[in-house]
Amino acid sequence: MKRIYADLHLCPNLRDFASVSEMVSKASRLGYSLIGIVFPSSSTEEEIGRLRGIGKEVGVDLVSRVDLKPRTPNELLYGLRRLRRRFELIGVVCGSKSVARQAAKDRRVDLLSFSSVDFRWRFFDRAEAELASGGLACFEVDVKPLLSLEGVVRVRFLSSLRREVAIAEEFGVPVVLSSGVSDGMLLRRPRELAAFASLFDLGEVSAMDAVSKNPVAIVRRNRDKLGSRFVAPGIRVVRRGKGC
Amino acid sequence: MKTVRRRYLALEIDCGGLLGSGEFLDAVWGAVLRLYGEYGASRVGLSLIDFDVEGRFAVVRVAHTGVGMVRTALASITRVGDKPVAVHVVRVSGTIKSLYKKVNK
Repeated sequence: MKRIYADLHLCPNLRDFASVSEMVSKASRLGYSLIGIVFPSSSTEEEIGRLRGIGKEVGVDLVSRVDLKPRTPNELLYGLRRLRRRFELIGVVCGSKSVARQAAKDRRVDLLSFSSVDFRWRFFDRAEAELASGGLACFEVDVKPLLSLEGVVRVRFLSSLRREVAIAEEFGVPVVLSSGVSDGMLLRRPRELAAFASLFDLGEVSAMDAVSKNPVAIVRRNRDKLGSRFVAPGIRVVRRGKGC
Repeated sequence: MKTVRRRYLALEIDCGGLLGSGEFLDAVWGAVLRLYGEYGASRVGLSLIDFDVEGRFAVVRVAHTGVGMVRTALASITRVGDKPVAVHVVRVSGTIKSLYKKVNK
């Protein structure tokens, strides 16, 4: 079966409509069928709908995503309550251990992201992975730092990623590979994105799943939940009306 | 004698300006060396077969065990000199003839 490729982390400048449009069409040209664009939490349905229209024109399914950067677990809970039903994807950039733990166990969080390249500020350890394996959150790896960093910093970053990916695999936490770029020139084809995974010892099949199966599964699950037929996990409205 | 299995990679070069073949090959070697070191680079058997400046297209030959390494190294190229560059692998094939056939399809 043909794979559907997804890049769930594109950060174009939303004020520049032309560059967003160019980035979306470039993603389509490179072979992506599903892309996630990070919107500010104040975005309206109209703004999201307008970009969805661009995606439809070039044959790409656009997913609305919001990145939360809470300072405390309470701030995270507040953000989730406010935004969960407005966006199809919620990523949490974990800036502290307490936030990372809360995000890992909360079933409303889709992606756990660790933006820092410094290993002291990356909190994806065994305890975090154990919590995430009980929830629904995936571990997101952005490729952007691998493109921009050089020398010892990149070596250390790769070493951190190798350790974290091994932990994620051990605990069965799905890994999602994303680009995380804001410039179209830094976009790479899905296979190239997966090729980067060899640098941190993620197997070939797992790497391909990280750019196709895992991200697509998150989007399908969330769309199902946000749909009008969803009642609770495992319960859906099949038919409405008098005949029921 | 053991035959060396090779793969041919068709590349699309996304670049703001024009890029010379020498500049391009240096950038590819640089990327391979930075990521895999001299030992790794010695195992990929990289050579430039075709380079079209205007068409922004190139063909490189690599050892079949080095395809993954070269693909990663090519993806890691972001600049050549002061020009922003992205190199995409369009096709991989076992012979030049079938590569061109696939690319021209």
